[in-house]
Amino acid sequence: MGEAAKTVLFEIERRNSTDEDSYWEKFELPYKANMNVISALMEIRRNPVNMEGKKTTPVNWDMNCLEEVCGACSMVINGKARQSCTALVDQLEQPIRLQPMKTFPVVRDLVIDRSRMFDSLKKVKAWVPIDGTHDLGDGPRMPERKRQWAYELSKCMTCGVCLEACPNVNDKSDFIGAAPLSQVRLMNAHPTGSMNRDARLNAIMGEGGLASCGNSQNCVESCPKGIPLTTSIAALNRDTTVQMFRNFFGSDRMVD
Amino acid sequence: MDNNREFLMRRLHSLLGIIPIGLFLTQHLIVNHFATQGVEAFNNASHFMANLPFVIFLEIFVIYLPLMYHAFYGLYIAFTSKNNPGHYSYMRNILFVAQRYTGVFLVVFIAWHVFETRFQVAIGAAAEADFNMMENILSNPFMLAFYIVGVLAAVFHFSNGIWSFLVTWGITQSEASQRNATYFTLLVFIVLSIIGIRALFAFV
Repeated sequence: MGEAAKTVLFEIERRNSTDEDSYWEKFELPYKANMNVISALMEIRRNPVNMEGKKTTPVNWDMNCLEEVCGACSMVINGKARQSCTALVDQLEQPIRLQPMKTFPVVRDLVIDRSRMFDSLKKVKAWVPIDGTHDLGDGPRMPERKRQWAYELSKCMTCGVCLEACPNVNDKSDFIGAAPLSQVRLMNAHPTGSMNRDARLNAIMGEGGLASCGNSQNCVESCPKGIPLTTSIAALNRDTTVQMFRNFFGSDRMVD
Repeated sequence: MDNNREFLMRRLHSLLGIIPIGLFLTQHLIVNHFATQGVEAFNNASHFMANLPFVIFLEIFVIYLPLMYHAFYGLYIAFTSKNNPGHYSYMRNILFVAQRYTGVFLVVFIAWHVFETRFQVAIGAAAEADFNMMENILSNPFMLAFYIVGVLAAVFHFSNGIWSFLVTWGITQSEASQRNATYFTLLVFIVLSIIGIRALFAFV
């Protein structure tokens, strides 16, 4: 019962490539103070021996910043999607079960391919287009209080947790999920970005867009950055309601 | 835009759930409540409703067509979700799942209910959907249980549907307004449940 005997149990859902079947592998690691899931995975990589004492391949995972701002290390930990860099072993129930976010194509072990999120950002035109190659001077001014509010939306790191938690993002539906929708609200709030707001609203009124949201609100509960995703969705619902009537009854005037 | 059909269909689905289906449900439960005032009161109310002018057109355009669209598109919506209330057991997610389960159950319940009442009148097997007819149906304890579950499911689906209607059309946006809408729709659920259940027990 001494301190030295304390260990941590991990169960990891692994697979060798996208098309292969998954299998579970168990690991028992020596406990270290303040360890997190990533440091445990690093320990497995250093000494890839499973619980039966057999040598195995090191577990693959994705990581980058290690401070919950890049979004690369998202995985399903004890059933819930979150970042592994901020998943402290002391706060987790054991055995700690690690799974890839299977809403996305699994590349290998815990590594997933989040390309669809970046494709969605392109689909919804989540950028502010430049309007020429020559200098047009300063753009319209953004009120400071609005900037502070918009900053919260800009914290999105495309980590994919909101898509994994959403019951409507799955292989039977082409719903793009909360993250790119919230980016539409951010870009539409920008004084220069709002010059193209109708283009973004019409984009999210397309197939797999805003309307596929079923209001389960898992996204806002799961978002590691605390972004008000469901408020964004409801606000876009109002904007698209107006846009819908504008498209039908409005004049040929495209923007405000 | 050219590809916003899904958007328009979802919005229509949301709208029809409240107008006319939700309003019809409320009206139906209130008329049923006449049963608590005795056989004659119910039969008079039922007779009045069944003999409204142009009743067949009212039924087709206010009930059958909107209800069928809502039911069939709703089934499509229900079966394209991948419910996960186990790991993500937040209140709204549980209500999301319940909305889908009650919806699927209601397709069965309402189909059976219409077959047993309105359809029997239409084919001439029964003269009128009166107190006697309901008394006969509900004298079977299994049918009574089926109807209680059916009424509660319908009232829940409508109440929770009001909440998501308010979000879907962008009326409630902030967390506070959505929370208040939850309280309001809870009240709708309780009031309509009492009205509906009281009417059912008036027949037994």
